[in-house]
Amino acid sequence: MSAIVLFMAVIAIIVGWWLSRQRLTAKPWLEEDPIADFPGTGAMTLPAAKIGLGVFLAVAGSLFALFISAYSMRMNMVDWRALPVPRLLWFNTGVLVLSSVALQWGYIAARRSDMDGVAFGLLVGAASAVIFLVGQLLAWQQLRDAGYFLASNPANSFFYLITAAHGLHVMGGLVAVGRTTAKVWRGTEMTQLRLSVELCATYWHFLLLVWLVLLGLLTGWTDDFVGICRQLLN
Amino acid sequence: MVDVPYDALADAPPAEVAEVELYHPKSWWTQYVFSQDAKVIAIQYSLTATAIGLVALVLSWLMRLQLGFPGTFSFIDANQYLQFITMHGMIMVIYLLTALFLGGFGNYLIPLMVGARDMVFPYVNMLSYWVYLLAVVVLASTFFVPGGPTGAGWTLYPPQAILSGTPGQDWGIILMLVSLILFIIGFTMGGLNYVVTVLQARTRGMTLMRLPLTVWGIFTATVMALLAFPALFVASVMMLFDRVLGTSFFMPALVEMGQQMKYGGGSPILFQHLFWFFGHPEVYIVALPAFGIVSDLISTHARKNIFGYRMMVWAIVGIGALSFVVWAHHMYVSGMHPKFGFFFATTTLIIAIPTAIKVYNWVLTLWRGDIHLTVPMLFALGFIITFVNGGLTGLFLGNVVVDVPLSDTMFVVAHFHMVMGVAPIMVVLGAIYHWYPKVTGRMLDDWLGKFHFWVTFLGAYLIFFPMHYLGLLGIPRRYQDIGEVAFIPPSAHTLNAFITVVALTVGFAQMVFLFNLAWSLFKGRPSGGNPWRATTLEWQTPQTPPGHGNWGKALPVVYRWAYDYSVPGAAQDFIPQNQPPTRAVQGAAP
Repeated sequence: MSAIVLFMAVIAIIVGWWLSRQRLTAKPWLEEDPIADFPGTGAMTLPAAKIGLGVFLAVAGSLFALFISAYSMRMNMVDWRALPVPRLLWFNTGVLVLSSVALQWGYIAARRSDMDGVAFGLLVGAASAVIFLVGQLLAWQQLRDAGYFLASNPANSFFYLITAAHGLHVMGGLVAVGRTTAKVWRGTEMTQLRLSVELCATYWHFLLLVWLVLLGLLTGWTDDFVGICRQLLN
Repeated sequence: MVDVPYDALADAPPAEVAEVELYHPKSWWTQYVFSQDAKVIAIQYSLTATAIGLVALVLSWLMRLQLGFPGTFSFIDANQYLQFITMHGMIMVIYLLTALFLGGFGNYLIPLMVGARDMVFPYVNMLSYWVYLLAVVVLASTFFVPGGPTGAGWTLYPPQAILSGTPGQDWGIILMLVSLILFIIGFTMGGLNYVVTVLQARTRGMTLMRLPLTVWGIFTATVMALLAFPALFVASVMMLFDRVLGTSFFMPALVEMGQQMKYGGGSPILFQHLFWFFGHPEVYIVALPAFGIVSDLISTHARKNIFGYRMMVWAIVGIGALSFVVWAHHMYVSGMHPKFGFFFATTTLIIAIPTAIKVYNWVLTLWRGDIHLTVPMLFALGFIITFVNGGLTGLFLGNVVVDVPLSDTMFVVAHFHMVMGVAPIMVVLGAIYHWYPKVTGRMLDDWLGKFHFWVTFLGAYLIFFPMHYLGLLGIPRRYQDIGEVAFIPPSAHTLNAFITVVALTVGFAQMVFLFNLAWSLFKGRPSGGNPWRATTLEWQTPQTPPGHGNWGKALPVVYRWAYDYSVPGAAQDFIPQNQPPTRAVQGAAP
């Protein structure tokens, strides 16, 4: 459970930092002249959707941290046989990086009010995300052809489960990108579009980060790190 | 020289966050059924939760009938008994209490109390309810599928949860897991709304430290739930894989009916870690909204400001944080390393400190207050006593050496029913009596309410106090029939029959409450906008029940905290949060 505890510690630090700026030591019952010192609400000037996405990323992050926790506990058992990671995953990773870069490109274009650039970024981003998903399916097929079935070993089960969970999040993101692209199509004003593109780009960077962590886990790079964590706990 | 109100609004700085345009329903369907108005969604959540909660109540009667008069009711066999306890526990904890506190009270009170027109993402909020309803329907459908609902116990521990010896192994367990997954998806949609609304949609002047404690409780509980429910999600998905696809995440190598099963090597303890990483915060997800609401009830009905408001806020946040590092105290008998047990016993006992601060502050709020023994106040007082009782046995069970012999006995059942069953339900009931006038514009009948309170309160003690004793005798939980065993005296059987009679009586009192809810809707005394003379914003709406958009033309502006009761020198014994300050003006006509 060290991964999730670590994740919660990070969340706690963020929450603590935010709370420390909220004047929690104020004494509201002593505010005698409310007009002379009319307090701001302390609401952030960020749009609600941005904060909503931030909270959602914390939830999704907690989900993946829990998968990683379960993975690192289960891999201790004697029946664990690590599976060879298909080379295709490296190609897929590259495509996902491309997808993230394209959406960032779209966001930069949106800041410059360059509508063509936004459309280009969104389309390339969506297309490469679809290629990523197809690549993941092909990787599954390669593993299956090589005899690594879902239920034959826990390492395989986790591989399919975790990649599926990540893929579903990419698919959810594609819905958002699709809606944003439709906005471009309809000719929505740039001020509204800018926020949508930014949210998509942020989500994509998050998915890329999660994927890189998962890849490290699945390829065994992080085994040493997990081992150290385990030793710390024992 | 007299005090005259002046145009304080002119002096207040403009809002930092612009108002968002409100969604307006265009037809009856979008106004009352597929509604995006948080108040309608709140009522939908509450009614659905109450409906499925009634099923759980009936299940508890059936269990009590079996325990009180074993062998009399031949239609309750061992399998069904296990199914009843499972469904009773799961429904009460998740589908009733969590949904009611966060989906029901959260949706109704957050926008009104922070001075917003609605939740920030109304469409997602609507989806949240419909996904929740789907989860409830899937759950209820398990009563009708072949094999019936799962009988794995509400903790669903593998391996027994998915083995053929457990009732509901065919469809019950699968649908239970699917229902939980749906519930979590639905809750996440709602939870995003509650959090971001509190963060972003507070009206002018409503600082965090001017929020009523109800909002603090619901807000913190929602943050915890958003972070804790993924653990149940992961556990449910993985167990679904084990059951349906034959993986071995949790399933060790097993021989069933002489046959080697296809499973091997899995770790049941892994499931327990995941389950309780959700399960313990869940206790506080239910308790924190109750803490918040009860603070407001006590302050309002004792006409006194809440004692130690800052401490109350800090304690809520502290309990929320601590509750994530105590989960393994549910696993003392699971074969953990003893050092872990020591660590988790320590954190568990530390959580008693912020909790005790809250209890002291409630009592000190009552001290020398102008206590009105209204029905909400009675329930609030009932909560304090019950929560202290349940909390004290929690100190027993938090210690490893005491917990080990008491594990899986009726003592544990009595403990958690007191602390997270009866106590939060007391708050739910008190809160309904308190806010029903705002929701409907009519008062609930007072006499019926007092009858309901006394039967429920005294009955709960008659049920659960003896149960502690039964647990100390060593009577195990989850047994359909304890039979004739040397260490159980005949008096224990008499006591069991007594508990059953009281449980049925308390159940009857809840029917009186439901009658009161329905009858008062039409015949209740009109309440006016602010029957309790309370300070918080929801009582200051221009209409009662509040109209679409809550506030008419202009949002309220908040000038003070939520607890200005019995302020010396004030004309009334309460000053609403949105009442502008007065200024002494020289020479004004008297």
